[in-house]
Amino acid sequence: MHIPNRRFDTLIIGAGGGGLRAALQLSSADAHVAVVSKVFPTRSHTVAAQGGVNAALANVRPDNWHWHMFDTVKGSDYLGDQDAIEYMCRAAPQAVYELEHFGVPFSRLDDGRIYQRQFGGQSMNFGGEQAARTCAAADRTGHAILHSLYQQNIRAKTHFFDEFFAIDLIRDAEGCLLGALVMEIASGELLLIQAKTTLLATGGAGQLFRTNTNALINTGDGMAMALRAGIPLQDMEFFQFHPTGIAGKGMLITEGARGEGGYLVNAEGARFMERYAAHAKDLASRDVVSRAIATEIREGRGCGEHRDHVLLKLDHLGTETVHKRLPAVCDMVGTFLGTDPAETPIPVAPTAHYTMGGIPTNRFAQVIIPEQQGPEEPVPGLYAAGECACVSVHGANRLGGNSLLDILVFGRAAANHIVDFLKENRYHRPLPDDAVEQGMARLARWEQKGEGESVDTLRTELALVMEENCGVFRTEEVLSAGLDKVTALAGRLADVRLRDHSAVFNTARIEALELENLMDVALATVASALQRQESRGAHSRIDYPERDDVHWLKHSLYDRTTRTVDYKPVRTKPITVNSFPPKERVY
Amino acid sequence: MTDDSAAIRNRLAWQCRRGMRELDELLNGFMARGYAGLGEGEREAFVRLLEYPDSVLLECLIGRMVPADKDVAHIVRAIRHTTAP
Repeated sequence: MHIPNRRFDTLIIGAGGGGLRAALQLSSADAHVAVVSKVFPTRSHTVAAQGGVNAALANVRPDNWHWHMFDTVKGSDYLGDQDAIEYMCRAAPQAVYELEHFGVPFSRLDDGRIYQRQFGGQSMNFGGEQAARTCAAADRTGHAILHSLYQQNIRAKTHFFDEFFAIDLIRDAEGCLLGALVMEIASGELLLIQAKTTLLATGGAGQLFRTNTNALINTGDGMAMALRAGIPLQDMEFFQFHPTGIAGKGMLITEGARGEGGYLVNAEGARFMERYAAHAKDLASRDVVSRAIATEIREGRGCGEHRDHVLLKLDHLGTETVHKRLPAVCDMVGTFLGTDPAETPIPVAPTAHYTMGGIPTNRFAQVIIPEQQGPEEPVPGLYAAGECACVSVHGANRLGGNSLLDILVFGRAAANHIVDFLKENRYHRPLPDDAVEQGMARLARWEQKGEGESVDTLRTELALVMEENCGVFRTEEVLSAGLDKVTALAGRLADVRLRDHSAVFNTARIEALELENLMDVALATVASALQRQESRGAHSRIDYPERDDVHWLKHSLYDRTTRTVDYKPVRTKPITVNSFPPKERVY
Repeated sequence: MTDDSAAIRNRLAWQCRRGMRELDELLNGFMARGYAGLGEGEREAFVRLLEYPDSVLLECLIGRMVPADKDVAHIVRAIRHTTAP
């Protein structure tokens, strides 16, 4: 079978903020760049980020990057790599100013400087009073960033392959990345994109869980491609649950609702966050609030017929205030619940929100893998940035406002490193004879006809198992059962059949490929969670309730071939400043 | 359903894959429960609606904005009605 071949300096898979930031930097440096995206670029999940970008601009309150770094290290429950965190926090102001120059309409103070809002987990002076560090374009920051970057890329002549699905990476015998096999969704035709460098920027895997805030597109495609290319996934047990999703549905109710004075109550009408975070109360970091809600529910103080949620109260603020300050929340609740939050408290429960783990990289966004008992080595030509990557700046728990910063800083860092790599690697390496064999086998499997289970059935079961057996609260028993169940589901994948084998816009085939990706990422997540016998950040074990820095201050690495978990040390040494040693995390 | 109409429907279903959970819920819910009952003109209006940027689409579908195109506004009402709690 002849597969057309296109050659580029760089292939970027994923057109969210990370991919587009990298593409712009590369195209502006005259690199020949291809961006492959399974949906139209401005429909990437970055568009959903409402909160903003953290940067120590000190426009509203005193601030500096070192305080931002402290908060990020503390927020990560000390699992974040401090060299990458220092790099990110120092680069943050420049990342924001660059966006401003690209056309992002940041909200302003009266004197014209960029407005900055308060977010949970931000402090002045290393744990002191609340800081105001988040730059926002009203409640459309992600949208504004995505559209500005897309338009700048059009200007810079980046080549877009819209609605193309990446099947598999291509790696040669020496381990070098040579590009990817992709499929045009509209026609079902294959294309081999040969590239000197490849950047994975495919976002997270929120679709692992039944209740989640993520778009349907977030199926961990890049993570699964990395796994199949022999690259382990790092820290997959750390999945952030946003504390306030609409109960039973998952849509996010912004932290801003609590920032404006909203608070959580249990079935007894009690403000329970005071018992979990005496200082920050309802504005404590996301893992703390999620765990508090889950504890209230587990201990029988949940609300509703099934006692499966708590209530977010805004009605005490007055109708005018709620409608004026939180119009989006009012409209969202009206649309999905048919109620007015100024009158009726909102039923909320933790909802899967953000994948802290991912493809292991260093602070240059190079994908790194352990070499036989030796130091880590970069995979030549392969980079990853954003939610699909684990650099790791979020460690065990991400702070609000740091995800947009992550994609901007490390998308740019990847591009800068790629520019240097391209100077030293001017020619395409030869493609091996079996370059597309793995990808073709993957596709051929779905051409099998006959009776079998449906993709929908397995995907629904997988999401339910992950929610029940790998959610906010975890024990050995629950996770062991989860691993068994996911392993059984993975075994049943072979029996799934497609009914539609047509070529043109066969979205059923794409959904089957996404299910395979989710299954691999689910195995990595539950296996890593089972192994980690401590509670840290978003990973909360009832049977191991304390953080254990002696045994577990280390990153996990899940290997797909052996289905085992290995470990590597946390990089506790920053670039220029002293380390922040682990301390108890109190808010 | 003919092959052509299946392909058109699949293409539209893929256009309903957006960057936001909220839009996925509303648009896919409508594709499953409302689209089949649309007339030809209404389907054309639905296609026009799907060309809106995500943030504008969300504003329309959660009732914060009314499209100037009356036919699209009609589709927005149909989506809100079909997917209402």
